Amino acid sequence: MAADTRTTPTTEADDPFVSVTGWGRTAPSTAFRWRPRTHEQAAAAVREWGARGGIARGLGRAYGDAAQNAGGCVLDMTGLDRIHSVDVAGGTVVCDAGVSLHRLMEVLLPLGWFVPVSPGTRYITVGGAIGAAVHGKNHHVSGAFTRHVSAFDLLLPDGSVRTVTPGTELFDATAGGMGLTGVVLTAVIRLHRVETSYMLVDTERATDLDEALARLAADAERHRYSVAWIDLLARGRSTGRSVITRGDHAPLAALPARARRAPLAFRPGTLPAAPVVVPPGLLNRATVGLFNEFWYRTSPRAGTGRLQRLTTFFHPLDGVPHWNRVYGRDGFVQYQFVVGHGQEETLRRIVRRIARRGCPSFLAVLKRFGEGDPGWLSFPVPGWTLALDIPAGLSGLGAFLDELDEEVVGAGGRIYLAKDSRLRPEVLAAMYPRLDDFRALRARTGADRVFTSDLSRRLSL
Amino acid sequence: MKDAFGTPQSLLVLGGTSEIGLAVARRLIARRTRTVRLAGRPSPDLETAADSLRALGADVRTIPFDALDPAAHEEILGKVFTEGDIDMVLLAFGVLGDQANDEGDPSAAVRVAQTNYTGAVSAGLVCATALQNQGHGSLVVLSSVAGERARRTNFIYGSSKAGLDAFAQGLGDALHGTGVHVMVVRPGFVRSRMTAGLPDAPLATTPEAVALAVEQGLRRRSELVWVPGTLRVVMSALRHIPRPLFRRLPV
Repeated sequence: MAADTRTTPTTEADDPFVSVTGWGRTAPSTAFRWRPRTHEQAAAAVREWGARGGIARGLGRAYGDAAQNAGGCVLDMTGLDRIHSVDVAGGTVVCDAGVSLHRLMEVLLPLGWFVPVSPGTRYITVGGAIGAAVHGKNHHVSGAFTRHVSAFDLLLPDGSVRTVTPGTELFDATAGGMGLTGVVLTAVIRLHRVETSYMLVDTERATDLDEALARLAADAERHRYSVAWIDLLARGRSTGRSVITRGDHAPLAALPARARRAPLAFRPGTLPAAPVVVPPGLLNRATVGLFNEFWYRTSPRAGTGRLQRLTTFFHPLDGVPHWNRVYGRDGFVQYQFVVGHGQEETLRRIVRRIARRGCPSFLAVLKRFGEGDPGWLSFPVPGWTLALDIPAGLSGLGAFLDELDEEVVGAGGRIYLAKDSRLRPEVLAAMYPRLDDFRALRARTGADRVFTSDLSRRLSL
Repeated sequence: MKDAFGTPQSLLVLGGTSEIGLAVARRLIARRTRTVRLAGRPSPDLETAADSLRALGADVRTIPFDALDPAAHEEILGKVFTEGDIDMVLLAFGVLGDQANDEGDPSAAVRVAQTNYTGAVSAGLVCATALQNQGHGSLVVLSSVAGERARRTNFIYGSSKAGLDAFAQGLGDALHGTGVHVMVVRPGFVRSRMTAGLPDAPLATTPEAVALAVEQGLRRRSELVWVPGTLRVVMSALRHIPRPLFRRLPV
């Protein structure tokens, strides 16, 4: 593949072959990068990218290999970043798929609107949010991001574009379909009305897992956002001790006089970036244990109505650019699963096993999901989800996580594909009952020959 | 595709009856590897090896491959890659030769060199190109501690491994940044069919230990792995011993 004049590679202009990894920085592969500036360029790329296919890539926050494509193409969507229109009265936005949630917040917050669903980072694109059917702390009330998409334009395998609306097969295959049905070009998103850019936050500690579950289950509907940070290194009686955080958008009346002058200001703070080179093994049981102890002890036993900046509440890690580097050269894997209501015993067992094994994870998040979403490969189902980061260099980790998969499958649960980098292909069908429909649709539309990623090869999606 | 821990789903073993090669395959099948291609000279041994891996649940096929026939490598190995991605190629063929005899029989010595070095250069380059085209994969090359410094007792074998080792390192540099990872594995004395009847050398190891080291090396994306790891220290000392002294060492 020679350099094409119609593409505009971003930085390494003379070398569009780039090594690509996910946010976890494991399993790199090399691909040819196209960075279209127009929808026509994107369509041309799809028509011409050859036998090893291509995959759309946004800001690279998928942890695993969902947005890399060895020996083929990655379509860098960040050049397609126009916000076409905002309906300020009705609360909808029409924008390109390459627009980040960060950019949307910058534009929409001062107008009194917020994205309907935000994951733990705002540095993801709208296209990525649809492809991964991302969820946030408000899933129990609002569902996944895709529930708030009223239409999107999809670039099909033959290079044509179709407008896709909810309730159709193509919509359900694409919502959570990991970019494997086509390339989302633009989307129409319904927004959430806010009065301020602040949150009213309640914090409480739970001394063990059962208490955490009980509290998250009780009055779940009272708060729009709820989540628990869980200390997975705590063992014995305090296994599963947690800090539960709940929040709601603060009304104007809740703000002190000074903040009321600019109630909708968007002011994300930024700390220095993580260093490029990090000594191996920095995150071990001792350092993470110390951090967890500190985090648990310094969280208020029960604090209510604390005012917090929106970015602090939703995206604490976005304040540290390149925080994924702290895991060093080996990178890290994120393990996120969900088990349905009534499977709490499985959840308890998994938490006990992780605690016993001493996985140094300082980012473990427990959340209660609400109603599931229509996407065939959409992750959330009603129940409990636990997400944790683990250094990939930990010896025996692969086999250990395979064992946890068995527990998850046994309980009818599933693993989140946007974060996966290691699942055994054999267990996938049991996790996603609509997998065959998804594969059939890909074969029918010809997408299986055009849209491929390392993830789709690894799991035969 | 490889997973986050570098474990391949598909494996091509060059030297399909190699005990180390099969030990590596067994270990990887226990993790993620489902497809194995065993390349070697057609023989009952090769079929037995394939059956032993099939029994572990892998989809195994044998490929007729002769290290001494480099002219055929491109066609035979290239074809393997057209049937699907190969996540890892293990270059495991090699012969020890019979030093005492081969010193007096140059044609036998040349066969050792052609198998271990020339055959590996040809097969290695064919696979490297294919891996580069698919944009990912590992090429694991079984070198030997014998290639690190030539010894009186097996310098014909040692020199062929020295050539292979240098070739593989250079290839690794050439492929840096292409998504392809080249890993050189330098085992010490491995107790196997190849060394049957020979007295154990110090720090002797087993095919299973080499397999474990390969799995760990894949996870770390290592470029050079010693088995056992202590050999790294031992050899860095031995390398600097003056020759008059080295000659007299019982190694």
